[in-house]
Amino acid sequence: MKKKIVAMLLAGGQGSRLGVLTSSMAKPAVPFGGKYRIIDFPLSNCVNSGIDTVGVLTQYRPLALNSYLGTGQYWDLDRLNGGVFVLPPYMTADDGRWYSGTANAIYQNREFVDQYDPDYVLVLSGDHIYKMDYSAMLKYHTKMNAAATIAVLPVPWEEAHRFGIMNTDAHNRITSFEEKPKEPKSNNASMGIYIFNWKLLRAYMEEDDRNPDSSNDFGKNIIPAMLGNGEKMYAYPFEGYWKDVGTVQSLWEANMDLIADPPLLKLDDPSWRIYSKTMSLPAHVVGKNAEIRNSLVTEGSVVNGTVRHSVLFGGSVVEDGAFVEDSVVFPGAVIKRGARITKAIIGENSVIGENCVIGGPLREGEKVDNKLTGDIALIGNDITVDDGVYMPQGAIASVN
Amino acid sequence: MNTSAFGLIYTGENNPKMRDLTASRAVAALPFGGRYRCIDFILSNLVNTGITSVGLIAQKNYHSLMDHLGAGKEWDLHRKRDGLFILPPFLTKDSTEPYRGSTDAFHGCMGYVRRCPSQYIIISGSHTIFNTDFRAMIEQHIDTRADITIMYNEDPFFDPEDQNKDLRLYLDGDGRVTSMEYDPYRPGSNYQSCDVMIMDKALFEHLVNDAHARGETHFIREVLMKKCTSLKVFGWRYDGVVKRLNSVASYFSANMSLLDPEIRKDLFNPKTPIYTKVKDEVSARYGADAKAVNSMLADGCEVYGSVENCILFRGVVIGKGSVVKDSILLQGTTVGENVKLDHVIMDKGVTIRDGRVLAGYDGFPMVIRKNATI
Repeated sequence: MKKKIVAMLLAGGQGSRLGVLTSSMAKPAVPFGGKYRIIDFPLSNCVNSGIDTVGVLTQYRPLALNSYLGTGQYWDLDRLNGGVFVLPPYMTADDGRWYSGTANAIYQNREFVDQYDPDYVLVLSGDHIYKMDYSAMLKYHTKMNAAATIAVLPVPWEEAHRFGIMNTDAHNRITSFEEKPKEPKSNNASMGIYIFNWKLLRAYMEEDDRNPDSSNDFGKNIIPAMLGNGEKMYAYPFEGYWKDVGTVQSLWEANMDLIADPPLLKLDDPSWRIYSKTMSLPAHVVGKNAEIRNSLVTEGSVVNGTVRHSVLFGGSVVEDGAFVEDSVVFPGAVIKRGARITKAIIGENSVIGENCVIGGPLREGEKVDNKLTGDIALIGNDITVDDGVYMPQGAIASVN
Repeated sequence: MNTSAFGLIYTGENNPKMRDLTASRAVAALPFGGRYRCIDFILSNLVNTGITSVGLIAQKNYHSLMDHLGAGKEWDLHRKRDGLFILPPFLTKDSTEPYRGSTDAFHGCMGYVRRCPSQYIIISGSHTIFNTDFRAMIEQHIDTRADITIMYNEDPFFDPEDQNKDLRLYLDGDGRVTSMEYDPYRPGSNYQSCDVMIMDKALFEHLVNDAHARGETHFIREVLMKKCTSLKVFGWRYDGVVKRLNSVASYFSANMSLLDPEIRKDLFNPKTPIYTKVKDEVSARYGADAKAVNSMLADGCEVYGSVENCILFRGVVIGKGSVVKDSILLQGTTVGENVKLDHVIMDKGVTIRDGRVLAGYDGFPMVIRKNATI
């Protein structure tokens, strides 16, 4: 059945910069904001924008993502025509290969897209937190009669060198594209959200696939090739909250943004709900000695200790006398009596023993490898930290 | 999983002791425990037993019940084969008015019962809350070769103000029921029916048709009690937590009992989850001056004031400087700033303006009706 637009969500990344959090799952399946996973944001944006056909491209540890998405019912994506599909790489009679790049992932699944004979394809990434109406972007794309439209966000000039920058003329037509330029000419950063005319994109991908030297990437190959041929490409300016949560620091920050006063991203928005798989847990409980301030607490949690400026996910437990501050506690994690957690991310179903100190100041002469974490203490998933352990800021606890 | 049984839930009794809480909803649709409705417990119990076909007899005020249940998706009862069947009264040549009693209602849904291929039927009421699966009960029913097995628990406490047509069982040493009393003024037995019974589908059809033919309308009084000894009726003892929503007072205390971790562990056993309609609310938010102790709060709540010994349902807002104690606030109620509430049950959508002071009393909580603004 014909669809006007089909979304293809690039969820392939291992997300190695998230370290131990992604050792058993792809980045889009990482928890966020009390009851969500990162992928809930692009998926909910699709549904709220009236897009009901989404392919999720992944080649890293698809189990967690696959079982999370299920039939798509939690996002109302269990449809008669369309719905959500996990698309891993596959073998054919004479060929078969891993996804060699973002464009290749979609090229290998061209038959999937062709089933719906869409006019347009929306390409999304699975590691961004934002609320966006893609239908407004599509309207802009058709109004401009564009071959491709790329959503851009003005970023502070001093940070522009970390992004893919779109240089445009006065009418937002893209004149050139620079990946992480040393001296940026514009501060319009690409958000990794593209709309292409499908037939045209298909032709470009085909050509790109014949080039053995290409890295089959949208940013490196497809978009420069289209620009080189003078295709009409427009930048779609987006205003609002958008955050790449691909690093430990930014994942922590984005969670903290939710508990700012007022919150930088308002999730309590009946007109633009973010949908998520529910865990069927009872309402959360605060005990007789509990103290909770400036925090988010989710169903299934039990709090008997002190929680300040933190985000507690579903089913997490903070026992009597435990103290949690500036931290993110993932689903099912348990903070035992007397433990003290400061500026940390505690992985799913991990247990922090009694009287542990996590995220304490560095002791004299102590050094930690904090390339990935900065000053955030990071406990991986399913880890048990024994009673009384001291873990300084920036340290990482993982299996092995 | 056991698929040799199917479920039939009888809802729609009105209960004047519930005051305004059941003015616009059936007892089965009463909100309970922060994010549930009363009906979620029996439905989840049946589903967790492996039962895939459940009929639900709806009578008066069933709009909110239908809205809650939808197609039964959240209970995994949205199936191609079997699933959830909502059975409201409808006019036929034989039946021209709402159900006159339980027998009449059962007779009205014989079409559904007849089509169910399972051997056993589990018949249940809708105002009793517990978390179990019925596999052990079905096994006992088969082992004892009983005609009817009734689930009961032992409850030595008795408050005449807090009874609602309870059925008491007298048992012999083998667990066989020797006699029953219905709605007694002063019960002589501590064994109280949990409103669940199992029997052979064929026996059920026969009993209902027979009673209907004699113009009898009340299943417990006119069928069960009369045949108590001529049929082999057994009790199945249940020792877990059982809460009956009989009156405003018991509604209040049943909700509050969830603050006890032991009771919570029993009613929300993770092995047998209680399913409910999903609302996609965000996590609860606590403000800078929030204070919450000994309370249960659902998602979507925002607390800027102080909350003590309370149950807050989804999306409740407590304004700055407000102090809410020993109260139950149903979904979507809004409490302004500097409000004082004590022993209050606020129904859905109530708004309390800034500075108001409201208080009920222990044993007689104040009930504020749905959507009121004070």
